[in-house]
Amino acid sequence: MTIGSIPLRYKVDIDPDQCMLCGRCVENCSYGVFRNDGDAIRVNSRNCVACHRCTAFCPRDAISIYEKPTDYRSHPVWTREVRENIFNQAKTGKIILAGMGNALPYPIIFDRLVLDACQVTNPSIDPLREPMELRTYLGKKPSSLSIKEVANGDVELLTKLSPNLQIETPIMIGHMSYGAISLNAQTALAKAVSRIGTFMGTGEGGLHESLYPYQKNMIVQVASGRFGVDINYLERGAAIEIKIGQGAKPGIGGHLPGEKVCADVSCTRMIPEGSDAISPAPHHDIYSIEDLKQLVRGLKEATEWKKPVFVKIAAVHNSAAIAAGIARSSADAVVIDGFRGGTGAAPRVFRDHVGIPIEAAVASVDAKLRQQGIRNKVSIIASGGIRESADVAKIICLGADAVYIGTSALVAMGCRVCGTCYRGQCAWGIATQKPELTKRLDPEIESVQVENLIHGWTLELAELMGAAGINSIESLRGNRDRLRGYMLDEGLLNVLDVKTVGA
Amino acid sequence: MCGIIGVLDKHRKSLDGAKIKEALSMMNERGSGEGAGYVAYGIYPEYKDYFALHVFFDNIRENKASLDTVLEKWGTIVHDEQIKTYEQPNIRKVHTPWRYFFRPDRSLMPKSTTPDEDIVTHLVMKVNAEKNGALIFSSGKNLGVFKAAGWPEDVADFYRIQDYKGYLWLAHNRYPTNTPGWWGGAHPFNLLNWSVVHNGEITSYGTNRRYIESYGYKCTMYTDTEVVAYLVDLLIRKHGLSEKMAVRALAPPFWEEIDRMPAKEQELNRAIRLAYGSALMNGPFAICVANENTLVGFTDRIKLRPLVSGEYGERLYISSEEAAIRRMEPDVDSITMPKAGEPVIGRVIA
Repeated sequence: MTIGSIPLRYKVDIDPDQCMLCGRCVENCSYGVFRNDGDAIRVNSRNCVACHRCTAFCPRDAISIYEKPTDYRSHPVWTREVRENIFNQAKTGKIILAGMGNALPYPIIFDRLVLDACQVTNPSIDPLREPMELRTYLGKKPSSLSIKEVANGDVELLTKLSPNLQIETPIMIGHMSYGAISLNAQTALAKAVSRIGTFMGTGEGGLHESLYPYQKNMIVQVASGRFGVDINYLERGAAIEIKIGQGAKPGIGGHLPGEKVCADVSCTRMIPEGSDAISPAPHHDIYSIEDLKQLVRGLKEATEWKKPVFVKIAAVHNSAAIAAGIARSSADAVVIDGFRGGTGAAPRVFRDHVGIPIEAAVASVDAKLRQQGIRNKVSIIASGGIRESADVAKIICLGADAVYIGTSALVAMGCRVCGTCYRGQCAWGIATQKPELTKRLDPEIESVQVENLIHGWTLELAELMGAAGINSIESLRGNRDRLRGYMLDEGLLNVLDVKTVGA
Repeated sequence: MCGIIGVLDKHRKSLDGAKIKEALSMMNERGSGEGAGYVAYGIYPEYKDYFALHVFFDNIRENKASLDTVLEKWGTIVHDEQIKTYEQPNIRKVHTPWRYFFRPDRSLMPKSTTPDEDIVTHLVMKVNAEKNGALIFSSGKNLGVFKAAGWPEDVADFYRIQDYKGYLWLAHNRYPTNTPGWWGGAHPFNLLNWSVVHNGEITSYGTNRRYIESYGYKCTMYTDTEVVAYLVDLLIRKHGLSEKMAVRALAPPFWEEIDRMPAKEQELNRAIRLAYGSALMNGPFAICVANENTLVGFTDRIKLRPLVSGEYGERLYISSEEAAIRRMEPDVDSITMPKAGEPVIGRVIA
């Protein structure tokens, strides 16, 4: 033990004057921080992950949590994180596992883009008085229409449309599998999306029977492990999504540890109970864009060309060309997952260092598709780091059709972004399969909160559009003239095709 | 603000520019004296088979030779001459307006079904994007745009607009916000036989521009109106939509209305919105768009700019203001106010 004990990450204090020894903290903490010791609550701060379950349920506000109570000698290069990662690997010799999204302090492009509003020369539109259209269709669009007009004034449409998903707000919930999150969490999301008229992804975990009633609002995922995939699954989904990559860990697969594969997860994933669920890095039947095209067609054939097929890729340097390849297959939408995308578990080095921000990826994908005259062949769905309605508006201006949210929806259910999802101890009953923890999450109540969040964002989006003098979301899409870059460098302004503020 | 007016004689009977000048001046409250323009159809009967290119040269000696070379590379200059202008105290002549009658060599565009038009479009886009002191602002057959920075009556007198006789006119009185004083920024905007006058501001310009540019058009005039001319050209000439369907795409009904339509109509309107979502024009506007056979007026989907139309005999009038129409035709009957997004369409008979 030459390294010895590492300084505490969090220090938990209980104010004895406030504490009434009710023991709620002891019951609620799933990480073993609190212990009842007769006349006092004892604390083991080292176990704390700052999930705030205790403070949320303390009736007297007696608990305080401090981050990094012990200072290291400050150093701009040898930061605390760098030193602790080395300690960790010196002890274990392993890859460091981490949860949630990218944790390095890269500048956030969204926060350096500002939106426009009308003054005088054109009026802003009041969404309370005038119609404001957020309805979006996801899927292939014809590049032109063939319309026959007959002498008696009748008009006949000769062009046949591909199936599209209709959403009433451009906000969907991304793929979080049963396994990664609990069934109660999935059920809450499912109830929310079905009430709102939008969609959610199943993730690569199959579709649990109890979610069948919500299947018309579900996008079923086919990923490299093919867990839970059979014809019944494909047919239940409103759309099918092939997952090639994920923003939190581009280029690598996934691993659900056997201890999370309980009987129910095992049935839904169609794998033996207690076995590790390993999704390989590539799909073993996709080693080129032609192979992807075949899988898209295969899935379409299996479902009689009735369902849109999406392809999800991580935002990487060459996303634009990859997306152009996808647009040339029969795929109906390309999902681009930025490097801030969350995850239950990812190697820290991937989470923090691989991939590019969603803003730049969407801008370059949209530009490339337009350049090649194939933008109509696929919709663009953006995900990874969408935190508020302004982000939605900005990414749509940059060219996206719709967004997936993940972390934001979990936060609406109580998640405090403690980043400890991979331990399966989630005190909020979200990223865990332990029955005593998952039962804490009431799908009925939490679904209302998720619904509220999306509803609130939708109202804000309508207000932002109205202020910009736009009453239909089509006119916001790709409308980069309504964005300005604030303190962005020239190279990035060029990529985003956005002018600087004042210009 | 801006004031617009259009008039069509359905039997192609000519009217000279004197009346339309007066009508446009009626709407000086809507302008600021920094831009006005006219387009007249049927003014070059002797050259009606050739493309009439109207060009603003910054400097004849410096800029004309290179344009001549480009035109001769793509076809034949049948005739060219300076457009006659008459000095006005309130107009500073910053450009020399010129007209060419041009016949494209269609063998140079072998794969196209409309080679002549494609060559001319290509030339207009190329010349205007290069910004070499030449701007082609009118490129149709048997028609011409006349515009400059100034009040409507001054611009009219500058070109002696009363000397031109056309069966279809559009005119525009400008209150600029973006590019004051720039002659290229005055309306009408024209491409091939399409001309557009516009009152308003298109808030979807960024979307529309990116859409139209992916079809090879280039927006070079620093203003949102030119995109309308290109959209109309794309939807009607290239995609073969009728004027009515094109307007439906540019200012479509709301989903709420579409959801209430009978199934077949619903399918059509949904398809239009899906296919042409990026062509949808948002923001306040009233627009008159014309080609050699048609005059169409329409507004944005919630009619944030005024538009009235009236008929008298064989003539259809569309304008921002009834007063302007009455100035041209005091006895006009049937003044109507079209609903938001509903086009007023007039066609020549035979």
